[in-house]
Amino acid sequence: MTNLLMLPILIPLATAILLIFLAKNVPAQRWVSGISAAFTAAAAFLLVQKVHNDGIQTINLGSWEAPYGITLVSDMASALLVLTTSLISLACLIYSFKSIGIDREKFYYYPVFQFLIVGVNGAFTTGDIFNLFVFFEVMLMASYVLIVLGGTKIQLRESIKYILVNVISSALFVIAVGYLYSIVGSLNMADISVKIAASGQPGILTVVAVLFLIVFGLKGAIFPLYFWLPGSYYAPPIPVMAVFGALLTKVGVYSIMRTYTLFFYHDQGYTHEILSTLAVLTIILGVIGAVAYWDVKKIIIYNIVVAVGVIVFGIAAMTPDSLAGSLFYIIHDMIIKAALFLLAGIIITITGTSNLRHISGLIKRYPGLAWTYFIAALALAGIPPLSGFIGKLLIVQGGFEAGRYWGAGIVLLSSLLVLFSVMKIFINGFWGNPRSYKNEDKAPVRTLLIAPVMLTALSVFMGVGTEVIYPYISQAAETLSDPNLYINAVLKE
Amino acid sequence: MEILMSVLIGILFMTATYLMLSKSLLRIIIGTGLLSHGAHLLLITMGGLKRGDPPLLGEHAKNYVDPIPQALILTAIVISFGVTAFFLVLAYRAYQELGTDNMDRLRGKEGND
Repeated sequence: MTNLLMLPILIPLATAILLIFLAKNVPAQRWVSGISAAFTAAAAFLLVQKVHNDGIQTINLGSWEAPYGITLVSDMASALLVLTTSLISLACLIYSFKSIGIDREKFYYYPVFQFLIVGVNGAFTTGDIFNLFVFFEVMLMASYVLIVLGGTKIQLRESIKYILVNVISSALFVIAVGYLYSIVGSLNMADISVKIAASGQPGILTVVAVLFLIVFGLKGAIFPLYFWLPGSYYAPPIPVMAVFGALLTKVGVYSIMRTYTLFFYHDQGYTHEILSTLAVLTIILGVIGAVAYWDVKKIIIYNIVVAVGVIVFGIAAMTPDSLAGSLFYIIHDMIIKAALFLLAGIIITITGTSNLRHISGLIKRYPGLAWTYFIAALALAGIPPLSGFIGKLLIVQGGFEAGRYWGAGIVLLSSLLVLFSVMKIFINGFWGNPRSYKNEDKAPVRTLLIAPVMLTALSVFMGVGTEVIYPYISQAAETLSDPNLYINAVLKE
Repeated sequence: MEILMSVLIGILFMTATYLMLSKSLLRIIIGTGLLSHGAHLLLITMGGLKRGDPPLLGEHAKNYVDPIPQALILTAIVISFGVTAFFLVLAYRAYQELGTDNMDRLRGKEGND
């Protein structure tokens, strides 16, 4: 089964094409997309096991030798992210069945959703820089459609801004690839890494490195480039928002991780210093936003920005510990952000508002919802038995090892304010006197709760069962901190 | 030749930036069009503009031009074509629904969409 690493891309792709023909038959669409998401997750799980047992998997498309054709590469980092993506997409699909509404479902919601998964899984798996651009565009095109589907006023308004920002960042990506091609004359990532190492990264490559940082920073919302995110993510319906919050920014962060560990690791005094400064500023600005708002959705949206900052700080420190921490944290954060958005969605379905001042006393009638939210909130802040703890511990440890005391201190302080921001939702929304809301009896809370409970359970498992997961994470960090492993697997010298 | 192209591309980027900072939505879309032109010309320039025959084996030439940037541009062109078509229809829909193409007025407050 050498083609195993293509299955997480091919299964959603085939499903998306099939679903286009089933557009008007909503029950069939639900069944097909749900079953295929389960198959994707199973394939991704097998892929993780395969990479764990046999090392990095590569496949040369069309049997062209490595630097000349397109190579797909699955090392442990990308395999784990593909698995996480598949699990989250399964949960968000289950949530969509009950919440997205028949009108959107008839207009190609499920096919577009599958195309988004194609883009994300492809971007995690590819070993070619221009192919990465193409998979970014697959993902972004699907996200444009998902953000505007339904056509309410706020969606139209915000999608214009979202598309404009992404068109600009895509053009910058093309420009950056053009510059890189003119310097090294190759598009295969392993080959680029070899050629950069041979040239010892002259000044011009540092410029390209910063250009890539700007491109991926725009996609992944780091400090001066995150301005588009709060408005755009506020607009779409909840399951779409959960997929965006969990997956899209993390693809940008993964690309920073890949390029800064594989290509541009020679001039760390300059590039990684910028990276860590920006990461710290991202954390600070994100925390300010999270603390400032009284809106359930806005609070969680700003927590995405904080998490991106924490992960990028781990990448900037570049010790094996901090890279393992970043990887652990990125997986934890994808899962827990999806869970939190879905839980916020249930709160909004019950109450009809996202303003915390108009919500109180939900715990009396919805104890299940309340305690799931409580666990998810503690996991987000990084309370020890839960999943956010290990990642942040390793990142802080790596930060201290690399001598970045200020940054590591701010990562620690930020946890406190993150906890404050999510507990604000818990205390104001769930405690206090119960009120009556107009949608209360119509909301199918039990069914909606399945998906976030799944994700929260997964996150608890990640925290309690760290011993089971850690070998995989450390194997991934090993590849990230030693580019030669990746290069040898691809070029097979 | 490369110098001349670089200056031209610089002017395209400058115009695109100026247009994208304006208020009217259509000017912004024209700006994105110019930006993608600039990016595509940059790709062909960065691949090198050495003299050579078109990359067709039937030409039996000594030198061919680099075929890779051409393939990259072809891909980038259709992608930006798709995105631009979507963006134009979106602008049309937004004009119908919101009744303005002025970016300053495309703002919303809570509960006041």
